[in-house]
Amino acid sequence: MTGGSNPIEAPLAEVVKAHIEGTTGITGLKRLSGGASQETWSFDATTAGETVPLILRRAPGGSRPPSETAVGLATEAKLIELAGAASVPVPTVRYVLAKEDGIGDGFIMNRVAGETIARKILRDDEFANARPILARQCGEILAKLHSVDRAALPPLRISPAESEIAQYRNIYKAHGHPHPVFELALRWLADNTPPPSTAHTLVHGDFRNGNLMIGPDGIRAVLDWEIAHVGDPMEDLGWICVNSWRFGNIDQPVGGFGTREDMFEGYEAAGGGTVDPARVKFWEVLGTLKWGIMCTIMVTAFKTGADRSVERATIGRRSSETEIDLLRLLAPLA
Amino acid sequence: MQDQPTASELVEAVADFIRNHAMPQLQGHAAFHARVAANALDIVKRELDVAPTANAEEASRLAALLGMEASLEELNRELCRRIEAGEVGLDTPGLKDHLWRTTLTKLSIDQPNYSGYRRALDEEAKG
Repeated sequence: MTGGSNPIEAPLAEVVKAHIEGTTGITGLKRLSGGASQETWSFDATTAGETVPLILRRAPGGSRPPSETAVGLATEAKLIELAGAASVPVPTVRYVLAKEDGIGDGFIMNRVAGETIARKILRDDEFANARPILARQCGEILAKLHSVDRAALPPLRISPAESEIAQYRNIYKAHGHPHPVFELALRWLADNTPPPSTAHTLVHGDFRNGNLMIGPDGIRAVLDWEIAHVGDPMEDLGWICVNSWRFGNIDQPVGGFGTREDMFEGYEAAGGGTVDPARVKFWEVLGTLKWGIMCTIMVTAFKTGADRSVERATIGRRSSETEIDLLRLLAPLA
Repeated sequence: MQDQPTASELVEAVADFIRNHAMPQLQGHAAFHARVAANALDIVKRELDVAPTANAEEASRLAALLGMEASLEELNRELCRRIEAGEVGLDTPGLKDHLWRTTLTKLSIDQPNYSGYRRALDEEAKG
């Protein structure tokens, strides 16, 4: 993508010059792939000396109607700041866009170097020294993330287990295709919902491979705070154990790189409180079902014509992956 | 009855064409989407090969389990209804076996390389 042709380049350069000290302009603006619901742009700010690597997170086309679950970009920026203050590794937010900036809702943050693609993190030599420490780091980071003072949080939806189950049951029922294994999972979840968590906390909601910026030294930043909410902290520990996020490394339940024991130890050592493995398993089952239902609704976008791509269509044929994972969790053969 | 080649053979030939002749001449997004398209045709081929027999077996298992005759879709809707209502569960004779067989078939068509499927086949062989 070349510079001058992009309509946001000139206004973005003005914003950067006005609000990030010492900058003289921007170069290398390009849209990054990934992030279906938010635009992510990479660019460098120029200064008298060196360049400053930055990221713009922006609503598609500059604005979008607030969805049921997404927090909005100003809230996302605030959460990143609060998490950073609680020692969670995050990219520093440099500026939150204002209406008069003319490029919509969004914010500018530092661009942290590293890798988010699971297959590289799980297989490349570059990350060989990081892999053994990642599960424990996940636990430590989640303990800090869950320690953020609730009184300081911006308004967030409160979503304990019952409302998460209801939300996905509704999506599944609206889609209409019969999935006996999903029904079995919904029934199991209803029968095994843990007692309400005594301590609701900030929950990241999408803490997994893809949203963790990882370097040879370990986790450098937690990204994509879009579906953060207040709920049971064990939700985050269960979600990263969903088999879909192990990317083939089925025997390494935490993100394909480590053990639950390492994650739980890290969590408890960093002050996260005692982990109840049964509660984490409940959230792993619910997380597996959630991903399965998300795969089925991708079909809706295909069938309605909103997205006729083959890629979109075939994601529907991945919901069966979660059915076999649910059976292995709830009705094991062995 | 249709003539030769079979639908499965035709689909296989198109997938081979995409992979071995079209894809090498494509770049970037187009190459990626061509790969996705070839993978989708692989699903179609496996479904053509596997589903006729497997669906008939699924329907007869469901008919026995539910004690009724209906289309495959109606049988599945009725099973869903009974599981939701708690009338049928893992303690119901035949349900666990039925769900496993049905799901293993789905994976053999949709994603035969999926880790959970490969592991389940190993576990089934051991069990």
